[in-house]
Order: sequence, then C-alpha cells, then structure tokens
Amino acid sequence: MTVNVTMKVNGKSVTADVAASTTLVEFIREHLRLTGTHVGCNTAQCGACTVHVNGRAVKSCNMLAAQAAGAEVTTIEGLAAANGDMHPMQAAFKEHHGLQCGFCTPGMVMSACELKGKMPNATDEQIREALDGNICRCTGYQNIVKAVKAGLAA
Amino acid sequence: MKADGIGARVTRKEDHRFLTGNGQYTDDITLPHQSYAAFVRSPHAHATINSIDSKAAAAMPGVLAIFTGKDIAATGIGGLPCGWLINNKDGSPMKEPPHHILAVDKARYVGDQVAIVVAETLEQARAAAEAVEVDYGVLPAVVNTATASKAKASVHDAAADNVCYVWGHGDGAAVDKALASAHKVSTLDIVNNRLIPNAIEPRAANAAYDKSSDSYTLYVANQNPHVERLLMCAFVLGIPEHKMRVVAPDVGGGFGSKIFLYAEETVLVWASKRVGRPIKWTADRMESFLSDAHGRDHVTRVQMAMDANGKFTGMKVITTANVGAYLSTFASCVPTILYATLLAGQYTTPAVYCEVAAVFTNTAPVDAYRGAGRPEATYVVERIVETAARDMGLDPAEIRRRNFITTFPYATPVGLTYDIGDYHACLEKAIKLADYAGFPARQAEAKARGKLRGIGFSSYIEACGLAPSNVAGALGARAGLFEAGEVRVHPTGKVTVFTGSHSHGQGHETTFAQVVADKLGIPMDDVDIQHGDTGKVLFGMGTYGSRSLAVGGTAIVKAVDKVIAKGKKIAAHLLEAADTDIEFKDGVFKVAGTDKNVPFANVALTAYVPHNYPLDKLEPGLNENAFYDPTNFTYPAGTHICEVEIDPDTGKTEIVKFTAVDDFGNIINPMIVEGQVHGGLAQGIGQALLEGCVYDAESGQLLTATYMDYAMPRADDLPNFTVDTHVTPCTHNPLGVKGCGEAGAIGSPAALMNAITNAVGARDIAMPATPERVWRAIQANA
Repeated sequence: MTVNVTMKVNGKSVTADVAASTTLVEFIREHLRLTGTHVGCNTAQCGACTVHVNGRAVKSCNMLAAQAAGAEVTTIEGLAAANGDMHPMQAAFKEHHGLQCGFCTPGMVMSACELKGKMPNATDEQIREALDGNICRCTGYQNIVKAVKAGLAA
Repeated sequence: MKADGIGARVTRKEDHRFLTGNGQYTDDITLPHQSYAAFVRSPHAHATINSIDSKAAAAMPGVLAIFTGKDIAATGIGGLPCGWLINNKDGSPMKEPPHHILAVDKARYVGDQVAIVVAETLEQARAAAEAVEVDYGVLPAVVNTATASKAKASVHDAAADNVCYVWGHGDGAAVDKALASAHKVSTLDIVNNRLIPNAIEPRAANAAYDKSSDSYTLYVANQNPHVERLLMCAFVLGIPEHKMRVVAPDVGGGFGSKIFLYAEETVLVWASKRVGRPIKWTADRMESFLSDAHGRDHVTRVQMAMDANGKFTGMKVITTANVGAYLSTFASCVPTILYATLLAGQYTTPAVYCEVAAVFTNTAPVDAYRGAGRPEATYVVERIVETAARDMGLDPAEIRRRNFITTFPYATPVGLTYDIGDYHACLEKAIKLADYAGFPARQAEAKARGKLRGIGFSSYIEACGLAPSNVAGALGARAGLFEAGEVRVHPTGKVTVFTGSHSHGQGHETTFAQVVADKLGIPMDDVDIQHGDTGKVLFGMGTYGSRSLAVGGTAIVKAVDKVIAKGKKIAAHLLEAADTDIEFKDGVFKVAGTDKNVPFANVALTAYVPHNYPLDKLEPGLNENAFYDPTNFTYPAGTHICEVEIDPDTGKTEIVKFTAVDDFGNIINPMIVEGQVHGGLAQGIGQALLEGCVYDAESGQLLTATYMDYAMPRADDLPNFTVDTHVTPCTHNPLGVKGCGEAGAIGSPAALMNAITNAVGARDIAMPATPERVWRAIQANA
C-alpha cells in the first residue's frame, strides 16, 4: 500500500508517494537523499537518526513518514545558515572537539539543539541526562558535554 | 611554535562536513541501478545444513538472485584467510579449518551466513530472505571458553578437541624455579569478559562490477582498504588486484572491528558480476551484534612470585582464549603475539612464562578490539600486581615503584625491547592529580556516610606502531606492516598528501596536515590529506594498533624530506648556489649566510614550469613517495588511578575520579589526543562496569543482541576524566611519537576493578562489575 506524504523538510515543501511502512528516516535518506541523518540501530536506542519534528527531537527510525505528514521537519542539513555559517551548536561541537567519527554527531547535535529550547542553563549533569538517548562510541562524552554547554550559552 | 603546526591545539578540518550532514559513509552511497542484499543467517549455533529451498523466495517480487554456499563453492572459491600463523608448543602449525564465505554443509554460530538474496529494494531482499527455507539438523553447541576443549561436540572436524593451538612463550623452567623459591606467590583467577565492538556505523558494503573495464569497485566500511583488497583478491576470489578498487569512505568508528575481511563484502563482490548490478548491504544492529568480530574473552590463571621486599621474581600466566567459530583475519595473533609479549608490563620481573590455548566455539569470531591483546595483558599484570601488594601488605604505588624498569633500552624476558619511558614520572604525576594522599580521609568520610570508597592503580604499557615487518614475519605474520605515503606538491605550492593510514574518527586530516604544514612552512589550509581509496593511494596497511602517526605519519615525513631535498636542488639552481649551501626553513629556501632566497611555492612552480631548470640533472615535478617500515614498536605507557564510591545497599558503583597520565611521546595535537584518551577510557570503563557479551550456555543463542540487552556507556554513565601527559619522545621515529588511540581502553579496566575490589575487600569481582555482582561480593564479605 502506498500513501502520499507531504511535509516541510528544512523549510522546503516535499511530497511523495511512499510505501505505508516507510519510516521517516527512510523517507529522509532514501527519498530526499538527505544522508546526514544516520541509522545506527533502527530501534530508537542509539539516537543517530534524531531530527526535529515540529520543534521536538524525534528518533526518525521509530516514526512512519506518514505520521509526519503536514509536519515541519528539520534535519542536520537544515541547521546551518543560508550563507553556510554553522549553527552555534554545530560551531561549539567543532570548537570543543565534540565529535570523532561523526556518525552519531547529527543526532547528537539535534538532541542538543532541542535542549537549548528546553533547558538553556542546563548543568553538566542535566546535559548528560538529556543526552542519555544518544550513544557515542568515540568521545567518552566529556567533550560533547563541554560543547553542548557552550552551544547552549552561545 | 607555528599557530597550526606540530603541538598546536587546532580544531579539525573534517568537522565541518560531519557537523553539516555532508559526511559520506558507505550506506550514503547509492549507485546507478543499485540493488540490495540481505543475508539468510543461521538461527542455530551449530547445525548441519541439510537442504536449502529458495524456489518460493526466488519467485517473490523484485528478487534478482539467491546464492548459497554450494553455489559459491562450485565456482572454486575457497574460504577467508587468517593473516597470522601461530605454531603449537611442539612446532606444529595451528588448525585452520575452512571459513567459507557462505556456510557449506554446516552453520557454526548464530548469525553464520547461509545464503544471500539480492533484490531491487532492501525490503524485497529482506522479505525474500525470510522466505528461504533451510532444513537444519541442530547439533549440540560448544559455548564456554574454559571448557571448550573438553566439550563432547566439535566445532570443526579438523579440530576434534576444539583446540586451535596451544602456544607457549617465555622461559617456563625459570618461572617454575622462581615460583618454587619465592617468599610469596600471589595467585589470581580472572576472566577478561567478551565484548561486542559496536561502532555506531554498522558494517556496510556496496560492490559494483564494470563490464567495460572488467573491474570491480567496492565501497566498504573498513579500516584498511588495501589489506581488504589484497586479501580478497589474492586469497579468496582470485580477482587480479589491479582490477579491484576498494574505497573506504567516511567510516563511522572501527575500534578494530572493521580491520577484517568479512564474508559479507566478499560475497557481494562475487555476486556483483553475476547479478550485473551494484549490490549494497548494510548491517542492521542485530546483525552487527551477531556477526561483527567480538573482542577479548580470556580465562586466565596468573601467579606472581616475589621476594621478601616485594620484588617480582617470576610470573606465570595460563590463558584460554576463545577465537569463536572461525579464525578471523588476525584472531590468532591477538591472544599470543599482542598479549604475551606485554606481560612484563612496566616491571623488571626477570622471568615470565605464558601459555595460551586458543579454542573454537560456536560463537561469533573473536578478533582485535581496541587494544587487542594488550588490554588483556594489562588486566592480568595490573590485577596481579595490585593483588600482590595486598598480599604483601604494601601500598600499591610502592610495590610498583620497587619494580619499575628505570634504564633504557630495556629488553624484557618476553621478547620486546622498550626504547624509552619514565614510569616513575607518570605514576607520581597521577598520584598528585588524584590526590592519593587525601584518599584515607575521603574514605573515612564516605564510611561515615555508609559508603564504601576504593582506589585502584593501573600502570600499563602497550606495544604500538605496528610493526617492524621482519620481526612480525618471524613471529608468523603473513603480511608486512610498513606504511606508505605520498606528498604531491601542486604547481601553486598547494599540497595533497596520500596516506595508507585510514581515519575513522582519529582526525588524520588534521593531525597529518599539521605535520606537513609544519615541515613545509606553509599554512595548514594548503594541505589536504587523502586516504581510504586504493584508486588514489599508492599502498597502505591501514589503521589499527595505534600505528597511524608513528608509522603512517613517518612515511609522510620521509616523503616530505624527499620533497625538501629535491626542492633544495631546484632552489640551488635558481639561486646559482651549490645544493649543499641551501637551507630550508619556514617555507623558504635560502643560501646559507646570505639573504638570497626563494619561497617554497616558487620552487614548486619551477618544478612544473621548468624553463629555468637543471633538466640535465633533475626530473621536473615535485611529487614524492615513501614507504616506512619501523625498526621497533613504540611503547606508550602511563598510570591510571580510579577512585570509586559504592553504595553497599545497591552495589552501585560511582566513579568519583578517574585520572590518567599517559606518555605518548611527542604530541601533534593535544586536543585530539585528549579526545582519544577520553574515548578509550569510556570503552575500558564500559568493559569493567557495563558491557558483557552473553551467549546462552546451552543453545549458543546470543542473549545480548540489542542495545536493550548490551549495556553501552551513555553520557550519564561516565564521569569527567582528569587527563595529563608526561613526554619521553620515541627514539626511533622522526616525530618522536608513540600512538594514543588504545591507551584508555588498555589501562582503565584494571584501575577500575582494583578500585572496586579495594572498596569491597574482595579478591576478584567479574567484569562487568554490575550492581548485582558487587552487591553479592559485599554480602559474601559481610
């Protein structure tokens, strides 16, 4: 069965006929070819696929594309300014070496950006707790926490 | 110091693409006419494959082809090779049963590949894979490491007792004598728990055959594309090496698990010509758990003999190592060459003997995982050293001080020659940073609150910079371990560097650019580092064993030296001086003692526009290659100190402070080095506190096959680390570097377990030290 889905992704309206079982991350990666959003587990445990749906951080492997119909979706590709300047959270990750292999990074940054709206003055401990749904195998998290703190303050 | 040169804390060149979603990992690559593969995997740990019926599956929508092990065997394809020969104590070779790229007749672990389905879409491939009917005859499974050699079942007919080899290293007679005449012998039985690497990018491959050139291109998440190509072409598929290009693009973490030649990508390449379409496969997470090569899995008894002063006089180590169902690429050398040779640790122990029995079991293959043999060695040494201190009533720092090696070079009784180090300096710095002197007061304060505090040390050493090829060859390596680099200076003075090392998080594009920019006196932005493509890079042995900078970086430096040497000849011609009078400094060639000079970019332009050029003596162009084969291993070493507080009611351990002081030799980029240490510590602490691969003892089913069952360290599981360095430059490479990628994972488990056993008063607690295990140990002591 196919369904027609229309949504706004990174400010642009997109529409497609997709299999009803298509997940949001499949839609983003395979239909829109926005491959910055990654799949690490497909079971909503690693957070690599985190995007924003109507401003909320969502694990896009665990949501059907059809469920996002009509929504405003932001992926990692949609964060930087039109002139290419990185979002302050992206810049903070670079400045504080908050990434190594880069695979979990887009999801980590999207989760951190959501935190900016919810807890702009989060402590280290609160940041660690808030990032509990995003696994990083490379960094040991210390520099991620540093980066998020700086990104929240920027 | 140049602002972006050697030693500078420069942010990374690669970060912009990763942070903006422009990284390109294997699964991000979709080729024209792409098709997709799914593997049929054995649901049984040990079973005969009586028949495979794929008729119904083949008729399903979108299915292009289905191949079984028999289809592949019928084309004369052999199995995956093992890259290292280990001999038994009696000199006979290890058992090397065939490792078919799709199982033939028998499946030997849960997840063993039985068939491949290729279809138009991934969904179609997966649906058809489920419809392939395999008639299995379930057999008893061999699961337990310690008892595998006594099991009734055999994983391979060629190894009826499941023993791959029994290997010995060191002077056993001298050690027995030391044990017999010791003032005291400390003994410990320990298990190094089995781990699943879990790079967040799952393994992936995309293979394409091009009819017009009769050649293949393989994109693969891999740490060493040239090794992958060599092994696949020369030892398995018989494809001429020049007809295969292997690209390892951005790779999302490796930790060892992406070194190896795996069955999946080999089958993909084989099938791509038959299907006539590019075929992509990306593991889902459960496939990663089931089929990525696992790490560790040792069962060990260690005995340390001491004199009355706590001086070590001999150490005996008897280990059983699980290699899983088949020998993975470097499986045989990890629990031997990379393990027993490190058992002297930082100490003057005059006699060390190690015996290792490697056993086959019906579990996933076990191979190198961050540290590979060296974490296991450190765990043995540092746990027994701490235990020995307790048995002797000595302070754990003091027993180390009494036994440290202090003169270099130092030849250990297990075959290595440490070139340099200062073990006292690292220990004392760590003691200061950890405020060891204040520990008794903190322990008393915790006790008043009803908590248990403990502190533990680990003074590790590792052999990195793998490896002198002749030494490795004499020890059984079936490959060289040099590295290659190319420095291509463009006419405008911009530079592209090609390296055989591979970056999958380590930041080579930054570190290597810093080195080249520093040496050539040009801005770092003028230097690009290329890696991971056999079509671009002349050769390479890849990245593992903390070798990239020490070996790969040195190859680049050697090529830079050649560029400068040639540049001097060109400059001499331009400046009408003798070659020997030209100096090169800060990007300028200069006639010594004069102000006559020509900048690097002008020399580069002259090399490519050779109008005024010594064409009779010198070729045009400025492009140099170098291969570098190290003369020794490098020996990073350091001391980690961990302090924990345990709630006796719940058994929950909190790391209140973790201090690491490491000697990595000279440091190119301190920011990147700290990041490597943090990441290594997270994996070591993960091993000690959280992670543990569990197979059902009877059925051989993997019980920890999802992130709900296998505890990965998350942000709120870990503390902030206190890290520092003490530098003794490596004596045998021009950068004086040793490597930093594995130290954290090597040193930390012993420090943590020494701290926990100190807090609880237990001789041993098995890793991972879950609250349940710790609580039970507290109850046993009560």
